[in-house]
Amino acid sequence: MTMMTGAEIVIRCLQEEKVDYVFGYPGGSVLHIYDELFKQDKVKHILVRHEQAAVHAADAYSRSTQRVGVAMVTSGPGATNAVTGIATAYMDSIPLVVISGQVPTTYIGQDAFQECDTVGITRPCVKHNFLVKDVRDLAATIKKAFYIANTGRPGPVVVDVPKDITAAKCKFEYPAEIKLRSYNPVIKGHSGQIKKAVQLLLGAKRPMIYTGGGVILANAAEQLTRLTRLLGFPITNTLMGLGGYPGTDRQFLGMPGMHGTLEANLAMQHCDVLLAVGTRFDDRVIGNPEDFATVPRKIIHVDIDPSSISKRVRVDVPIVGNVSDVLGEMVRLLEAEQERKDISDWWAEIENWRARQCMKYGMKDAIMPQYVIEKLWEVTRGDAIITSDVGQHQMWAAQYYKFDKPRRWLNSGGLGTMGVGLPYAIGAAFANPDRQVACVTGDGSIQMCIQELSTAKQFGLPIKIINLNNRYLGMVRQWQEMFYSRRYSQTYMDSIPDFVKLAEAYGHVGIRVERPEDVEPALKRAFVDHKDDLVFLDIRTAREANVFPMVAAGKGLAEMVLADENL
Amino acid sequence: MRHIISILLENEAGALSRVAGLFSARGYNIETLTVAPTEDSSLSRLTIVTSGSDEIIEQITKQLNKLIDVIKVVDLSEAAHIERELMLIKVRATGKDREEMKRMADIYRGRIIDVTDATYVIELTGSGSKLDSFIQAIDGDLILETVRTGVSGIGRGDRVLKV
Repeated sequence: MTMMTGAEIVIRCLQEEKVDYVFGYPGGSVLHIYDELFKQDKVKHILVRHEQAAVHAADAYSRSTQRVGVAMVTSGPGATNAVTGIATAYMDSIPLVVISGQVPTTYIGQDAFQECDTVGITRPCVKHNFLVKDVRDLAATIKKAFYIANTGRPGPVVVDVPKDITAAKCKFEYPAEIKLRSYNPVIKGHSGQIKKAVQLLLGAKRPMIYTGGGVILANAAEQLTRLTRLLGFPITNTLMGLGGYPGTDRQFLGMPGMHGTLEANLAMQHCDVLLAVGTRFDDRVIGNPEDFATVPRKIIHVDIDPSSISKRVRVDVPIVGNVSDVLGEMVRLLEAEQERKDISDWWAEIENWRARQCMKYGMKDAIMPQYVIEKLWEVTRGDAIITSDVGQHQMWAAQYYKFDKPRRWLNSGGLGTMGVGLPYAIGAAFANPDRQVACVTGDGSIQMCIQELSTAKQFGLPIKIINLNNRYLGMVRQWQEMFYSRRYSQTYMDSIPDFVKLAEAYGHVGIRVERPEDVEPALKRAFVDHKDDLVFLDIRTAREANVFPMVAAGKGLAEMVLADENL
Repeated sequence: MRHIISILLENEAGALSRVAGLFSARGYNIETLTVAPTEDSSLSRLTIVTSGSDEIIEQITKQLNKLIDVIKVVDLSEAAHIERELMLIKVRATGKDREEMKRMADIYRGRIIDVTDATYVIELTGSGSKLDSFIQAIDGDLILETVRTGVSGIGRGDRVLKV
């Protein structure tokens, strides 16, 4: 066995894990590692312009491929800049390995230059983290990091590597597999519970299926689709679960929750049996849990994480396990069952709700943002990877772009991080070079990571940025309109840059769109004429358009405000 | 309700702060916390006294189990168990109080382990409530200093918490 430096070991481990892209930013503590990166070409490094974007890009790489995303940052500010990215991935259970440099072990605790307690700072927002204190532990630690990140309920793992460890030498041996006595995630669901669940589903008169990001993470969209069609039940996908079931299918009722459809929310509220899969009854999904619990429905909850079960809502049939395996088992049991309850009355009720057309909007002179998303869906034939930032545009993208496939919709659902959109598009573009990638954003969010236009230029990424520019921090303004008597405190920006010129300054194509009739041609110019360019579409939308339906925070799911009701 | 939760965890740097951090991050309450390595030095045994509804205790045990460094979690208070806590209490012991303190220590089966002209240090072991009761029973003005270890607990009989 050859002797290797810690820096060589880091790179060799990444190669062993078949990592093709590392998103990162160099600095003092990781100089040895960057030197080793330079000497090889298997692991490609993508230089971002801010460490936050490195982690977001690695996160999107993972979201769009199911593989572990990898980011590399230096100590101190490199690590603290990465924290927002790490917390974002943690909240959405995205598997990442973040390698951070650290000051030499002998300097730790002495307030050295660019020192911070990375392990301490990231502890509450990682699945696990490590500080490597001996080069002989380095390879096994990186192996553990990949294993922990991508098993059980996935999540980010930070490996903090002091600079002297990257210079120290030892024999390299990459463990073929890792066993941890303290970590044994449950995979197979309890077969008795699964049988019980299937019996409950078959006996339901008003059934409903509600699924979340767990279905996407477990690659269980196929099993979910088979199960839903076998049962003939209505289904809703949460913001994180969109694409888990085809969004254009009749059984799909749209998204549930705060900005969910009338039919999805009422079906969630009034069903007698609710099958919840890979989802966690989040406050943005079920509203007030006390109100939700007033309806005596039976709940089946499938999740890989036992702590997600009965956290906010008591459930009747808990099933801990990988949702892909559990759904597969349910399909097998259902295929053997012939008997089906007639649920046509329930469907008739749902169709009545659907007939209210809760997502209808009117358009006159100003461009309605919903219209832009509908056109985006048409022009991309519903097959692009859509990333979004956080705010009104995010909700409109989720509501009006009908995702038929998983891993096409990348957004920060849990942490709600403004600024993810562009770095997400960058990560997705590297992972999916043959697919169209569009970033739906707003004039507020895009400015939070705008510097990444430079990264996109460096690597020639043909991302399309759809900026729904209403000259407001729209979601906050909407709340101020509805709950603060229109006191628009700090939500107006009167010095927004000229995004067209800004895009051009970075070497990209900028197009401004101001009239409804120009939306579709502009999208076609972007996706067809400028297929290989990054195009920044600055679309001036109706300033005070609101996201509806809306369930106000703390209200019950049935207490929706619809667009056509006067506020 | 009060619960005594026993945890076996990897004896690694930072493992304790993961447990303590979990409690503060999720708003759970810690009444006492004790930790020390076991006969197997790669393992630490930690005892936490906490309180909360059944739902909260269920979440606490689930969240603890989720920590990568945690090997096993047991709610000792679910079944027969023994709890002990050690207290060292320094009291003023002069004049008639000197004899009274000695008598109280005897009643509670405490031991006087340090003596000066004016003070005693009394060592007392028992359940948390026994120690509380001792503090109540003596004249509060005479207490100079108290230090308590927090509760350690173990299951009765065949119940064993081991890897």
